[in-house]
Amino acid sequence: MELIPHNINVDFVGKRLFFVLMSAGINLLSIILLLTWGFNYGVDFAGGTVVEARFQQPTTPEAIDQAVKTLALEDLSIQDLGRDNTTYLLRFKQGEQNVDIANTAVRTALATAFKETVEILRVEAVGAKVSGRLRQQGFLAVTFATLFMGLYITFRFEWRFGVGAVIALLHDVLVVTGVLILTQTPFDLTVLAAMLTVVGFSVHDTIIVSDRVRENLRKIRRTNLSEVINRSINETLSRTIITSGTALMVLIALYVIGGHVIRPFALTMIVGFITGTYSSIYIAAPVVLYFEQSLTSQRKVA
Amino acid sequence: MAKGILYRALLVLVLTVGALIYLVPTIVGTLPEWWTTLLLPSRKISLGLDLRGGAHLLLSIDMDAAIEKALDQNTDELSRVLREEKVAGATVVRVEKTLRVRTVNPEAKLGAEKVLSDQFSHLTTEKAPTPAEGEIARILSDKELIRIHDYAVDQSLETIRNRVDQFGVAEAVVQRQGGQDILVQVPGIQDNKQLEELKKLIKTLAVLEFRLVAEGEKSGETIILQGQEREPLSGKMQRIPYTLEKKVLMTGDLVQDARLRPSSDLEGPYVELVLNDRGARQFEKITGDNVGRRLAIILDKTVYSAPNIRERIGGGRASITGNFDIAEARSLAIVLRAGALPAPVTIVEERTVGPSLGQDSIRQGMLSFILGGSFVIVFMLIYYKMAGLLADAAVVLNMFLLMAALAAFGATLTLPGIAGMVLTIGMAVDANVLIAERMREELRLGKSVRAVVESGYERALPAILDSNITTFLSGLILFQFGSGPVKGFAVALCLGIITTVFTAVFCTRLVYDYLLARRSLTTLSV
Repeated sequence: MELIPHNINVDFVGKRLFFVLMSAGINLLSIILLLTWGFNYGVDFAGGTVVEARFQQPTTPEAIDQAVKTLALEDLSIQDLGRDNTTYLLRFKQGEQNVDIANTAVRTALATAFKETVEILRVEAVGAKVSGRLRQQGFLAVTFATLFMGLYITFRFEWRFGVGAVIALLHDVLVVTGVLILTQTPFDLTVLAAMLTVVGFSVHDTIIVSDRVRENLRKIRRTNLSEVINRSINETLSRTIITSGTALMVLIALYVIGGHVIRPFALTMIVGFITGTYSSIYIAAPVVLYFEQSLTSQRKVA
Repeated sequence: MAKGILYRALLVLVLTVGALIYLVPTIVGTLPEWWTTLLLPSRKISLGLDLRGGAHLLLSIDMDAAIEKALDQNTDELSRVLREEKVAGATVVRVEKTLRVRTVNPEAKLGAEKVLSDQFSHLTTEKAPTPAEGEIARILSDKELIRIHDYAVDQSLETIRNRVDQFGVAEAVVQRQGGQDILVQVPGIQDNKQLEELKKLIKTLAVLEFRLVAEGEKSGETIILQGQEREPLSGKMQRIPYTLEKKVLMTGDLVQDARLRPSSDLEGPYVELVLNDRGARQFEKITGDNVGRRLAIILDKTVYSAPNIRERIGGGRASITGNFDIAEARSLAIVLRAGALPAPVTIVEERTVGPSLGQDSIRQGMLSFILGGSFVIVFMLIYYKMAGLLADAAVVLNMFLLMAALAAFGATLTLPGIAGMVLTIGMAVDANVLIAERMREELRLGKSVRAVVESGYERALPAILDSNITTFLSGLILFQFGSGPVKGFAVALCLGIITTVFTAVFCTRLVYDYLLARRSLTTLSV
């Protein structure tokens, strides 16, 4: 059985200008979104409290608001999680010292208003000091991951491939960022973990193609690089589609039935795996090619 | 060749048996006695708080308060020693973080300086403000500040651990995190009320003091502290001020034990204190000297009760009555038994998961694990036939080894951890896909079966190794920077990569080599 015919020969490299421009456009959009809307930071990174409550009888946000009104919570938002009026997420700001005081008051207020019909499923309260620390660590983690990946590939392949892989992974991180902002997915620790996995996968996928380019360069010296790259992409295409396909299937399973706690995590990975696959083909290879061509033209000038 | 196969098969067998042994504690609820006497592993995969439900609290110690306290103690201590050493005309005052000794003549200044250098070497002039004429200025040395810091952290850790242990929940974790934070993880919190009890238990400073209630002129310096009393009719708590002598007669460090006493017809539950020998003697003297006066029992600046001393009390027993219910009295007994915190602590992070959400997460996580896994297995079988079957066997062995590795490391399985395992299944087949695609390519070149297998594996290997190493790197970075559930994900991801390379490359190759050696492999089905 073959999903991708083995003698497939698509001209990926020839259309690179179109895809590079499209990707650049999407990335630019992501950057604009990041600077204007910004991430919908979860409490891990922004500080604050979320209280998740389940009600036996369907209730309205207004009724919940009424129940906690006397507490005058700062920046209170009430979100219907399951879209069936039974599971709600309350989010608000709390004081820095003893972050538990506010949510204790909320629990008590809800218990008073709804008696036994309300169940508190989950509470997360993070003070500003802790969230600041987590933000810093998260930033460092992504930076280090990107750096190490670039170094590793430079060490194993050539610097051109390293630069190509890093640009491809920055592209992927930006695409994921854009989707997270557009969908207003709360950016928290698990989403960051997913993002780092995307970084790993993006490079993983780029390496498979680069490895084939490396091998083919040794085999066929005379042909020009763009042909070698195009051939390598075509040769690995079947593997690329199948691996990404199986990974996407399990991720979609996770997204659909894994429950709402894991959903942002799964979404991040789904988007990341799609763009990671795309960027290995349309971004990493053209970057390698670009450096090759600019180097040869320099040599000609000299 | 055949020998090599034997050794490799033995390695796989040993690892599989080893994995089975490591998995036994996780699968079997209680281990038989001979298991532990044979020194077989007893660690098991434990569920994280996000799956079993529970409270995760990060506490920050108020270091400023600890330093304040140390400065106050040093001021009192220095005054006392100067008095004892008969250094006349020297008074100690504390101005912010500086201890200033004001002297009336050069002789007194010399005497005070001698006392300071002999007995208070932890006070220094370095970085201290310039003293006025006839004055000595000292501040706490950096070394002393570090000592105070360490003492506050160690003592808080010890005290909170004692208190949490007595809360009566198995497998609670109390550990230091970073410089001055303490992490408390308590699984299986059932409801709001239990959670509140726990938080109160942890946060109570539990400084116990005994002071006399002031009586007119003779009492000297006084302070006013609030007391609590329940109004008999409405049952509301009322605050009533007490005027007390400033002098503290006795503190809680002399308490040896504190017990909860159930309520009787006459009064509600109360806490009985058992004092140590020194405390017993001191308490006897205090009560003997002050018959007829009122002795206030103060916990954390709140007056609990102020009974009349009717007679000298020997035997070292005192009781704290107040208007509390049985749960409050129980908490009070625990904090008094465990001792006071050296400095106040505040909760800077709280994460609690109720038992039902944890159950939901386990169910949903497992369901997606099974569904996603089945899909991959069926797909591989259909698409790559025999090579797919081998890959599937490798995936099953992979999951088995991964579980065993998690158990061997005593790792905690979190919801992101389950997601990490699901992802591992999805990615594990990548190595087999790479190899199978290679084999197909080589087959098309018309090579022999043996050559196809050999070059298929060899050519795919660099790509497999390089790509897995980078994912492993990102897992390591996640582990370094992540916390809690994220760490669980990183552990699953990293261990998963190791077991993947082993099962998907090493084990499947072994099967091919075995079949080739027996010459039973004449056609390849990929």
